[in-house]
Parts: sequence; structure tokens; C-alpha cells
Amino acid sequence: MKKSNAINASFQPDSFEFTDPKAVKEIIGRYPQGREHSAIMPLLDLAQRQIAVTGPYGDLPIGGGWITRAAMDKIAEICGVAKIKIYEVATFYSMYNLEPVGKYLIQLCTTTPCWLCNANDIVKACTDHLGIKIGQTTKDGYFTLMEVECLGACTNAPMIQMNDLYYEDLTGEKMIEILESLKKDIIPPHGPQNGRRGSMAITGPTSLQEQAKKAGVL
Amino acid sequence: MLSDKDRIYTNLYGFEPFNLEYAKKRGDWDGTAALIKKGREWIIEEMKKSGLRGRGGAGFPTGLKWSFMPKELKDKPHYLVINADESEPGTCKDREIMRHDPHKLIEGALLAGFAMQAHHAFIYIRGEFVHEGSEVVQAIEEARAAGLLGKNAAGSGWDFDVTLHRGAGAYICGEETALLESLEGKKGQPRNKPPFPAMAGLYSAPTTINNVETIASVPTILRRGGSWFASFGKDEKNTGTKLFCISGHVNSPCVVEEEMGIRMKDLIEKHAGGVRGGWDNLKAVIPGGSSCPLLPAEICDTVLMDFDSLREVQSGLGTAGLIVMDKSTDIIYAIARLSYFYKHESCGQCTPCREGTGWLWRVMTRMVKGDAELEEIDMLLDVTKEIEGHTICAHGDASAWPIQGLMRHFRPEVEARILAYRKAKKAA
Repeated sequence: MKKSNAINASFQPDSFEFTDPKAVKEIIGRYPQGREHSAIMPLLDLAQRQIAVTGPYGDLPIGGGWITRAAMDKIAEICGVAKIKIYEVATFYSMYNLEPVGKYLIQLCTTTPCWLCNANDIVKACTDHLGIKIGQTTKDGYFTLMEVECLGACTNAPMIQMNDLYYEDLTGEKMIEILESLKKDIIPPHGPQNGRRGSMAITGPTSLQEQAKKAGVL
Repeated sequence: MLSDKDRIYTNLYGFEPFNLEYAKKRGDWDGTAALIKKGREWIIEEMKKSGLRGRGGAGFPTGLKWSFMPKELKDKPHYLVINADESEPGTCKDREIMRHDPHKLIEGALLAGFAMQAHHAFIYIRGEFVHEGSEVVQAIEEARAAGLLGKNAAGSGWDFDVTLHRGAGAYICGEETALLESLEGKKGQPRNKPPFPAMAGLYSAPTTINNVETIASVPTILRRGGSWFASFGKDEKNTGTKLFCISGHVNSPCVVEEEMGIRMKDLIEKHAGGVRGGWDNLKAVIPGGSSCPLLPAEICDTVLMDFDSLREVQSGLGTAGLIVMDKSTDIIYAIARLSYFYKHESCGQCTPCREGTGWLWRVMTRMVKGDAELEEIDMLLDVTKEIEGHTICAHGDASAWPIQGLMRHFRPEVEARILAYRKAKKAA
């Protein structure tokens, strides 16, 4: 269960409008008629992504997405459900940020498969380099560090998620390089950071030899 | 070792683009309409013949599951829901299918949907898989544009469409009824059963929930025949090929398709470059994702990777995500970290799980230090038994099993740590 004081984030603007009504309509259209409530989760996601671009952020300069109470109320109105139904959903799922987060949200996996592959080094690289603890945001509003549970890329451990992107097969040094690059607003290529292809063994494919040859991998 | 001509997932590492053009070259969407014209009984019979057991962890026979759907369409539509909420620690196989071979999944959805008289399938993907989700959506759009989805899908005479629905970070939504709740726009809290989803699932309509790998395997099984698939494996109850994910202390971790029932040692040595420091440096393996009890090295020497062989040694195949741990591992912490995971992901609905997972984690945290009494080991095991089987869904069971496995095989190590802590305290 997610712990959060949630809809009580200190900075709450009075209103919210979706800037892309076509996207809202498309989302509702994905579900059968009369099942508009199924659109709650994608609409929360849409609101979060919109706020990532347009704000508001209170006294933070710029930021990643979060969901204001006004946005939740708007979604309740669109889906024709009580506001509490939206608050319940928004506070249940860990990916909805209920207060402003940094422009680059760094989610560090420390579950057993990543931990076995030295995820602690990655955590330490981030906390030392940014001078903040897990759960905090840097003063300039650029980085938020968050510890998360298994992100489902265990054969490429240790790994992190930065906003929508996975960075895999990390080392402490690589992590610092990524942070340095993000400070300059340059998004480094995502995926494995040790030169391997996807989840293939780094020593080369142990199966699909012919396909590998055709692709010029072997 | 499985030969390349018998692999289903020929683009597992993304050697080729995932798009329709290349998917067709790999043999997807070949004669789909002809398979559908053979009828739903034929499809379900072939699936039964193949012996395919669900690839999401529980291993329920797929053909049998499909046959539970009502034979006739009544007032409510039927739904196929595909579970792509891959979140079990150690598991990362469905991700490879979705990002490198999504057309296998979509074609499988059409075939399975037709077999259970569903016109609409939902793919519920974990929210963090943004990249994978976007590739699945692109593949769905390509399929729609090419007439493979929509009215008279693939010329089969069956109307069919697929919708991707993104989760938002909740492990529990991998439990099928929690997934349905989430898909309906609610908190992901599992439902009481009965009614089972085949009677009242999504929107209270008949629904079947299958894992990504299960559905993506369907087209190849139907094209090559159920008996082809059943010709691989250990026996008639453990058939086919399977994606294995090998992570942790191995030299070259990877995802690989192999034959069901392969020896664990062969799997690790041939595909993952062996255990770091050599096979003799192995301490334990969690064979099927975090909820399966760990196995010590002496069992790993000989055990086979299939549902029943792993069950015989009081563990399970689960999702076939192997977490390998060498002798340097603090095995007590490795399991305590899983206890934290289960505590974090408990939906909070049932008291034994909500309170119990926190209790297990707190005691395990003390045991990592050794700050416990020897009697607390039995007390801890007793609590796992109080949780197991006393909750709506298997999350409670899954939180209990790793600890039971630890104590079954490494109790002396836990005891030694407690004694060492006591000794150090006395000396101080």
C-alpha cells in the first residue's frame, strides 16, 4: 500500500482542464459504452503527463508530472463517479504522484534480484552525487529519488527507471554519468548500459544463431 | 538442448524489427483465417492436446480453462483479458515478447478470443512498461490498418479488437481478479471467488484471463499442432517450450527459450555462463520468481525445471524466473528483502496479509542482524502458517513461502547468526 498524505499536497490550484479534449475522448472510447469508469486510470495518467508539461508546481521551477486534487475532481466529473472513487484509485497506485516531483524522477529498484547485483551501489551513487536522500527532491527541482519494488527487468539488473525510460546493467560510475547528462538536459540512450542487446547474454546469443548471423550480431 | 527450428520466439532479442512486415516474415499471421475456420472445438482440442499450462505462474491447463467459458453467447459479451502485469521479482519474459514480438500476442489474442467467443480483448500491462506498451499499441494499430483486427478480423468472419490498458504500479494487479477490478477503474483488490471470472469477470461478463506468454504461444501451437508442442518436455503434464529468465549471480544473465523440464544446472551453465565463481560456488536458487521457496545447491545439482519436478522438492516453476545466489550471499537478507516486497505490495484487504506481511518483515529484519530468540524461528513459521490459506488471494501464501523455504534449508545459518549476535552482545 502506498503511504501518502496524498490529496493534501500543500500547493493545490483551484481548477484543472484537460488541454487535449480529443485525447480524453479517445481514451473513453476505448471502453464499452456505460463503462466510462474504466477510463479513470488512463485519465489520471493523462493529467499527470499534462501537468508535467504545463505545471503547476508551486514554488518549484519545473517538474515531472503530478496530479492535483482539481484534476481528480475533473476526472470524477468526466467519468460520472463520486470524487472519492478517484481519490481511492489515485492513492492506491504508486505511479500517481500526488505532490510535485523533480523533472527527472529516478526510481531505484532494490528488490532482491537487483540487490544481488549491487543495487546499493546505484543508490549510493545517486544519494552521494545529488546530496539528497531517497524520497527527497533536489533544491533546483531537477531530481527526485524514489525507491521502488521490482520493475521487471531482472536479467538486466541493476536497473533504474528515469521518467518513462529504463536504464539497465548499471554501475555506480554509469549512474553518475547519466545524472551528469540529465543535469544538462541531455537524455542518454536508455536500455542496457554495458553494450549488450536486450536480455541476450552479454557473451553472445546462446540460441537463435542463424537469426543472429542474419542480423550481423554473430 | 532445444534446437532453433523448434523455438517459438525467434525474435526474442530483437534482431529484427517488431513490425508487421517482419512479423509476417517470421511466420506470424500466416493462415490465421484457416485456423479459425477449423472451429472453436478444434482450437480448444488442439490446446488441450498441446498440454500447455498457463505461463503466468499457477500452471493451470490452458485448453481446460478456455472450456470453462459458457458455450453460448447470451446477453453479456465474453471478454479475453491478457495479464501483462509482469511484476514478480525475477521475472522479465513477457516484456521481451511485447517489445520484440507483439504480433504473436495479438494474433494469439484473436485465436483465443474466437475460441471463447470474445469480440474484445484487453491487455493489462504494468504501467512502468511504457516503452513496451507503446510497441504493443503500434502493433495493434498496424494490425487494424491491415484488416487483421476489426470487422472480419484477418478475413476470419469474426469481429475482434484489442485494447491496451496500462496499470500504475501495483504488483497485486497481477492477481487476476485484482486485475479486473483495476481494469474497471478501481483499487486493485482481489475479489472473492466464486463467482469465477468465467462466469462473472470483467463488467460481470464471462471472462478468461491468460498470461502474455500463454497467449503468444497459441498461434505457433495451432499452426504446428498440439502434438508438436507436446513432443517437448519432461512428460505429458509438463510439455512444450518455455521462456526462462536467469538473473542474479551468474556470469551472463539472460532470457532464453528452452525445453520444459531442462536440468536447472544445464540451463544455468549453457545459457547464463554458469554461476559466478563456478557451480561449486552456488548457494541457492529461487527457481520460479520470488514466491517460490528457494532451493539449496545440493537440490539444484539435479532438479529439473518443470511444474511437477519443482513441486516434488517443495518449490515451484512459477514464472520460471531463476534468481541465482552464490556463496557470498546473505541469504537471510535476500529473503527479508522479499518480505519487504510482500509487505509493500499487500493491498490491505485481508487482515492476515495486511498485518502478517508487516510482522514477517519486522521479524526477518531482526533475524538479518541476529537480534532474535531461537524460539522466534518457530514462531515465525507459525505465523506464516496463519497467513497461508487464510486470505482472499495468494498474496498471503506468496509472502509465507520464501520464509518457509529459508528455514527448511538454511535454519542452521539463521540460528548461527542469532547465537553470534548474542555472543557479540555479551562480549560488549
